Amino acid sequence: MNLLDNVWERHKVATLPNGQDQLFIGLHLIHEVTSPQAFQMLEERGLPVLYPDRTMATVDHIVPTADQNRPFADPLAEEMIQALERNTTAYGIRYFGLDSSHQGIVHIVGPELGLTQPGMTIACGDSHTSTHGAFGSIAFGIGTSQVRDVLASQCLAMSKPKVRRIQVDGELPTGVSAKDIILCIIADLGVNGGLGFAYEYAGSTIEALSMEGRMTICNMSIEGAARVGYVNPDQTTFDYIRGRKFAPGDEAFQRAIDYWKSIASPTGADYDDLYTIDASTLEPMVTWGINPGQAIGITKLTPLIADLPEEHREVAQAAYRHMSFAESEPIEGKRIDVAFIGSCTNGRITDLREAAAAVKGRAVAAHVRALVVPGSKQVARQAQEEGLDEIFRAAGFQWRAAGCSMCLAMNPDKLNGNELCASSSNRNFIGRQGSPTGRTLLMSPAMVAAAAVAGRVVDIR
Amino acid sequence: MSPHSDSAQTNAPQITRVDGTAIAVRGNDIDTDRIIPARFLKVVTFDGIGQFAFQDVRIDENGRVTDHPFNNPVYRKASILLANRNFGCGSSREHAPQALMRWGVNAIIGESFAEIFAGNCNALGVPAVTVAQSEIAELMSLVESRPDAKISIDLLAGTVITPNSQYRFQMPAAYLQSLVGGTWDSTALLLQNTEEIRKTAANLPYVARFA
Repeated sequence: MNLLDNVWERHKVATLPNGQDQLFIGLHLIHEVTSPQAFQMLEERGLPVLYPDRTMATVDHIVPTADQNRPFADPLAEEMIQALERNTTAYGIRYFGLDSSHQGIVHIVGPELGLTQPGMTIACGDSHTSTHGAFGSIAFGIGTSQVRDVLASQCLAMSKPKVRRIQVDGELPTGVSAKDIILCIIADLGVNGGLGFAYEYAGSTIEALSMEGRMTICNMSIEGAARVGYVNPDQTTFDYIRGRKFAPGDEAFQRAIDYWKSIASPTGADYDDLYTIDASTLEPMVTWGINPGQAIGITKLTPLIADLPEEHREVAQAAYRHMSFAESEPIEGKRIDVAFIGSCTNGRITDLREAAAAVKGRAVAAHVRALVVPGSKQVARQAQEEGLDEIFRAAGFQWRAAGCSMCLAMNPDKLNGNELCASSSNRNFIGRQGSPTGRTLLMSPAMVAAAAVAGRVVDIR
Repeated sequence: MSPHSDSAQTNAPQITRVDGTAIAVRGNDIDTDRIIPARFLKVVTFDGIGQFAFQDVRIDENGRVTDHPFNNPVYRKASILLANRNFGCGSSREHAPQALMRWGVNAIIGESFAEIFAGNCNALGVPAVTVAQSEIAELMSLVESRPDAKISIDLLAGTVITPNSQYRFQMPAAYLQSLVGGTWDSTALLLQNTEEIRKTAANLPYVARFA
C-alpha cells in the first residue's frame, strides 16, 4: 500500500454503478473562473452546499496587479469577482477576497494557511491543484461540472490512477533548482507520458528540497499528463505546517503527525512503474517550443527534427515556426523582451529570494519589461519585510500585487505581438501569455532574473 | 433543444450512439488554451462560448480568416470531431469541451485524450473515444475527401462505422457505462449515498481537527 492507496481507501465512500469510486474530498478550493457556472447549476437544481466549511475561496486569475480599485477597469473581471462574492456569501463559504490579507493564487494560499495537509483529498477547478500533493495529499484538478459535484456532495466519481514512482537521487548542482528537475522529467517522459498515472516523487534530492521546491515539482505534474503528483510527508512537511492559521493546534499536532505518518508509503511499497533520475547531472533547463516537454539544458542545442521520435516531429515543426527558432541552435543568448517572475509554479518566497539574489545590485536590460508578481499577499508581505521588493525595484522590475497575472493573462498583464518572454510559469502554449503570437521560454525564477538583467537567456552558473 | 443544454436535469439521457458528419482537427498535443483562449473564460455562464472555439487559430494576427477546418462551411454541420494524440492537454477548463459542444460537437474520436479533458467531456455526455493512430489517419482522410460521409459511433457495439469501414473503439469502461446507462451527470448519483458520505467524513481524523 503506497500513499495513494492509503488515502484513497480512507476517502472511498462507495463503489458507483459504473465501477468508479465515490471519493470524499477533504478540501475543496474555488476561484472566480471555474466556479460561477457550478453555483448556477446548483441553483437550477435547488441543491445546497453539503459541507460549506470544507470549501475555501479566493480570487486570483482575473485580478489586476497594478490598479485594484473597484470596480475593475475590465467589466467582465468585475462581473466575475462579484459572482464569487455573491456565491460565497449566499452559501456560507469562507472567502479570502482582495480585502483579506490572505488573498492570492489558490495553490499558494492553501498551503500557507495550513489548509493543505497530508493525507487529505483536495480538489479544485484548476489543473495545477496537483501542487498540494507536495504535502502528501492526493490533489487534482477538476472541471466545472465536477466543482458542482463537490459543492453538492463533497464527493467525486473517480477512477483510481496507477502510481509511478519517480526516484530522484543525488545532490543538485549549484544554480539548478526544483523547476529544472520537473522540466527534465517532463522532457524525458513526454507531455503525455503520465496519462493514467499519479507521480510519487521520492529520493534523496526530493527529501532535501524545501516545501516550496516540492510544490514547484508537484505543480507541473499535469504538464506531464499526470493529474496527481505527491511527495511523502516528512519532518520538512510537519515543520512547514506547524503554527499556520488552519493547522492543527499544539495539543492536537502530535496526533496529526501520527496520522500523516500512517498514510505515507512505507519502504518497499508497490508501484506500477519506476523512473529514476540522477540529479547531479542536471543543468538549468529552458523550453524552446510550445509545450513544457520541449525543454533542453541551457548548454544544449535545439533538437534536429530528424533526431526526434516520429510522433514528436510535427509538433516540433509547429514549435519552430511559432518561436521563429531554428533546429540545432543554442537557446543561450536568445534576446528576450519580457521577464515574468510569479505564478503558482514559482511565485513563493523562496522563488523571490532566489530571483532577488540574481539581480541584487544589477539593472534590468534597457529593452526588457520585467515584472515580479508575488503569489499571495502573504508572500508579498514577507518579501517586503526582507527588502526583496526594494532589490527588484532598484533593478528596474515592476513590483506588483498578488495574482496569476501573466501566467495566463486573464488580467491586463499580457505579452504584445510576438514578444519573447522569459517566464517562471508553467505553460509555453501558443497564446498562453495573452498574445496569439507571443512566445514563452519557461525556466526557473533565478534564470528569469538573470535573463532580465542580461537582456537575453544566460546560464546562471 | 439538445439534451445537453438543460443543466437542471438530474436524470441524464442514455447515450447509445452518435450519428453525423465529422470534422478533422489535425495535430498532437492540442491544448485547451488552443481550444478556447483564456480571454474567453471571462464569463459567468457557458452560453455563447461555442463561437470562440479555436478562435486564435481561425483568425490570424492580421485579422484574416485562416484555412482552419472550423472556418470551412462544408464542416459547419459536423457533429463528430476527429483529433490526434493527447487532445485537450493543459488547463482543466471545462470551457474547452463546453465550447466544442456548443459549436455542435456531440462526440470526439481521437488517438488519445488528456485525462481531465476526457472526464469533462464525459460529464457533459460527450463521448470521447479512442482508436489506433492508423485508424484515425484513415478517418481524417475520409472526411477531408468526403465531408458529407456519414459516421456513426455505436456505444453499445463499441464501434465506429463509416460508409466503407468499421473500427473498434476504446474508452474507459466506467465512462462507457455511465453514458449508455444515463448516469453521466453524477451529482444525483453521489447524493444517493449521503449516509455513507457522513460516515466516511466521521472516520477522517482531520475532519474533527484531530480532536
